[in-house]
Amino acid sequence: MQQARSPILELQGITKSFGGVEALRGVDFALYAGEIHGLVGENGAGKSTLMKIIAGVHPEFSGRFLVNGQETRFRSARDAHAAGIAMVHQELSVAPDLTVAENVFLGNQPTNRLGIVQWRRMAREAGEQLARFGINVDPMSRLGDLPIGLQQLIEIARVLFSGARIVILDEPTSALSPPEVERLFTTLRRLRDEGTGIVFISHFIEDILRVSDTVTVFRNGRKVAETASAATTKGALIEAMIGRGGEVLEHSYTDDLSLPKPSDGPVVLKVDQLSLARSLQDVSFEARAGEVLGIYGFMGCGQQELSRILFGKLKPDSGALIVDGAAKSFASTAAARRAGVALVPESRRAMLFHQEPVYKNVSISILDRISALLLKPAREREIAKHQVEQLQIRPPVVALDLGMLSGGNQQKVALAKWLTYPPKLLVLCEPTRGMDVGAKNDVINIVRDLRARGLAIIVLSTEPETVLSLADRILVLKRGALVREFTNEPVSKDRLLEAA
Amino acid sequence: MASSETALAADRKARGIGPFLRSQMRNIAPFLTLIFLSLFFAFASPSFATLDNLGNILTQVSVTGIIAVGLTFVILCAEIDLSIASIANVTGIAVAYFTLQESYVNIANVPLPGAVAILLSILLCALLGLVNALGLTVIGIPSFIMTLAMMQIAAGISALLVRGQIAYKVPSLISTLGSGSIGGIPWIVIVAAIMLLAGHLVLTYTRFGRYVYMVGGNREAAEYSGLNVKLILGTVMVISAVCSGIGGMLGVAHFGSAQQNEFDTYLLDSIAAVVVGGTSLFGGRGGIGNTIVGLFVLGVLNNGLDHVNIDSFLKILIRGLILLAALVINVYAQRLREKTAD
Repeated sequence: MQQARSPILELQGITKSFGGVEALRGVDFALYAGEIHGLVGENGAGKSTLMKIIAGVHPEFSGRFLVNGQETRFRSARDAHAAGIAMVHQELSVAPDLTVAENVFLGNQPTNRLGIVQWRRMAREAGEQLARFGINVDPMSRLGDLPIGLQQLIEIARVLFSGARIVILDEPTSALSPPEVERLFTTLRRLRDEGTGIVFISHFIEDILRVSDTVTVFRNGRKVAETASAATTKGALIEAMIGRGGEVLEHSYTDDLSLPKPSDGPVVLKVDQLSLARSLQDVSFEARAGEVLGIYGFMGCGQQELSRILFGKLKPDSGALIVDGAAKSFASTAAARRAGVALVPESRRAMLFHQEPVYKNVSISILDRISALLLKPAREREIAKHQVEQLQIRPPVVALDLGMLSGGNQQKVALAKWLTYPPKLLVLCEPTRGMDVGAKNDVINIVRDLRARGLAIIVLSTEPETVLSLADRILVLKRGALVREFTNEPVSKDRLLEAA
Repeated sequence: MASSETALAADRKARGIGPFLRSQMRNIAPFLTLIFLSLFFAFASPSFATLDNLGNILTQVSVTGIIAVGLTFVILCAEIDLSIASIANVTGIAVAYFTLQESYVNIANVPLPGAVAILLSILLCALLGLVNALGLTVIGIPSFIMTLAMMQIAAGISALLVRGQIAYKVPSLISTLGSGSIGGIPWIVIVAAIMLLAGHLVLTYTRFGRYVYMVGGNREAAEYSGLNVKLILGTVMVISAVCSGIGGMLGVAHFGSAQQNEFDTYLLDSIAAVVVGGTSLFGGRGGIGNTIVGLFVLGVLNNGLDHVNIDSFLKILIRGLILLAALVINVYAQRLREKTAD
């Protein structure tokens, strides 16, 4: 690793806030040519914000920004691109209906003097580039027909070979299989040796330690550590990420929490060897009445797919769902609902009707139990009113359009839909995401109350705090497979992160 | 974050009459259009604003009205049915095909008792609607394409049944409802009124009607609420086909003949009536009330243009422009609504 004396990219005292909330506070960061720089931190620690500043996505910030020793300000992603900075974002941004070659050359297809695309040349060059990356696909095949991991590799390849001197990769490995990760690392190392500066963000700390030369740790918008990868360990990094001492107002779950004895209630749900393409592999578990089962894992670990399968929105490739002793293959979400399964997805928009009044939102899932043919609006309003009071939804006006409620209150309405006639199994995805402490506590209390009423509850989250604050038993999902179960034993954020 | 969200909510709660009117624009604009057009023609022509002419207008919009009932359900679900006119046509032809024709009609038809003929014809349109429904929900063909294919299929069946000939006889019940009248009121107007009323009652007061609005308002949320979205979508496609079929049978009796391509103009007219009335093309907003206003806007426009001295070739252009204006309002109203309620 030969480091140039001066960094190709240097940031000094960067501060950035969104609507009064500081996402970054006085961060210094330097990247050298021929270096792979790993970035770790919890969700919302500021990693992605910093990278978006570097890539010109957020032009407004305070602090000094130097490229090759020259103070610069990017006004757009285009400026950053012109300065040789390229970024692979967490979300896939490919054109699935175009060919592989077109995707590789997106925006700068080779043309002849008449402006006509030279397909043959494009296909040949795309094929050569991808082959260097160890990808052997027909450059003229439709990108969308390839597996997701391969699509992600092709997107990464496009950015890596765009000639950029600085490349930022945000969670590039979440959808990749182990051999694909290996190929990516080989390429990254080669580019590094050719003098490219690479920033690598990942939740997978092993990956960071394996590929990067330097690691920087973020916590609460601050840089809290920077060290050579060879000189640190996973445990030390996790400790730095989470932080010791009362920095956070909320319960930080850094200390061990002991999980109770497993519930001996009847098994409500049995999942047997569930598999779905690249998302889930042989997932088996049980959920019992009167317990909250937490399922923790990083973004893209298969949680979302699992929750959709439980609610009949996705069909698994293989495996069985047994609800209350009967094997089920849900033809629709309606079938899942009738079998006593309820889902609150992570996105409020996905399950609420913003242009309809609160009471219609509350009653929609139970209309068939309230009315046979004719609607009973008075009864609907009465039920909604009861729920609004129980859950302390503000403002307590059931005729108000849902869109006029704040986010936290909308989340409560999403829960309220299922509470009048409680299901047997309630699946909650990210039930407290984006909520303030008060609303979080409300949700925790609601869930505990439901548990006491004998429901089986599954909480899926990418935030360790959410799972730790709610669950009696915790499963860890990693790249589509269950890798660890915590039951009747001490658990903490460290232990969860360690397992994931 | 949370505090700014609450502030925003409070701000919206306090919104006044202006934003309220804006959110109601899709209902107000078509109504104003109707009043404006009526006043304009009333001043422009002495023969327009008469009771006789009102009867004419009502009769003229009846067939469109019957077809538009089902189409309203479809558009409320954010789908489209382009096969309505063809299905109306084939059902009208079928009911004639199953009726004994005069000897000079050169069609190899199958005469059956009137009730059976009507039943078979309704089964035919329901079946075609079911094919639409299965294509849309089970196979997953977008309704625009699926019903485009059905438009051809129904036209093809029509062609095979009449083979370029014209049939005249329909069962007596159909003939009465299509061209008879009671107490001076044409039966076809009464049938249209009853069907519109029934459609309104179903949409407003039944569980199924609520589901239609919810599926149209946010299909994903409907699915996550445990509604059987495919079943609901399939049902509205069948409803649409059956309404079209009834419109087709009565239309044939009303026109006095059953032949190929007889209903071609009804596709555009029905879609125009629903959309001009203010039912959202994006689903979830509007209803039969809007469709009725839309029917009258089109009816007054078509009828009124006949009463004023205007180049008959220009009429087509004017209708097109009015439809364009309605579409602009439709899209604009949606955007305003999203802005106020988002």
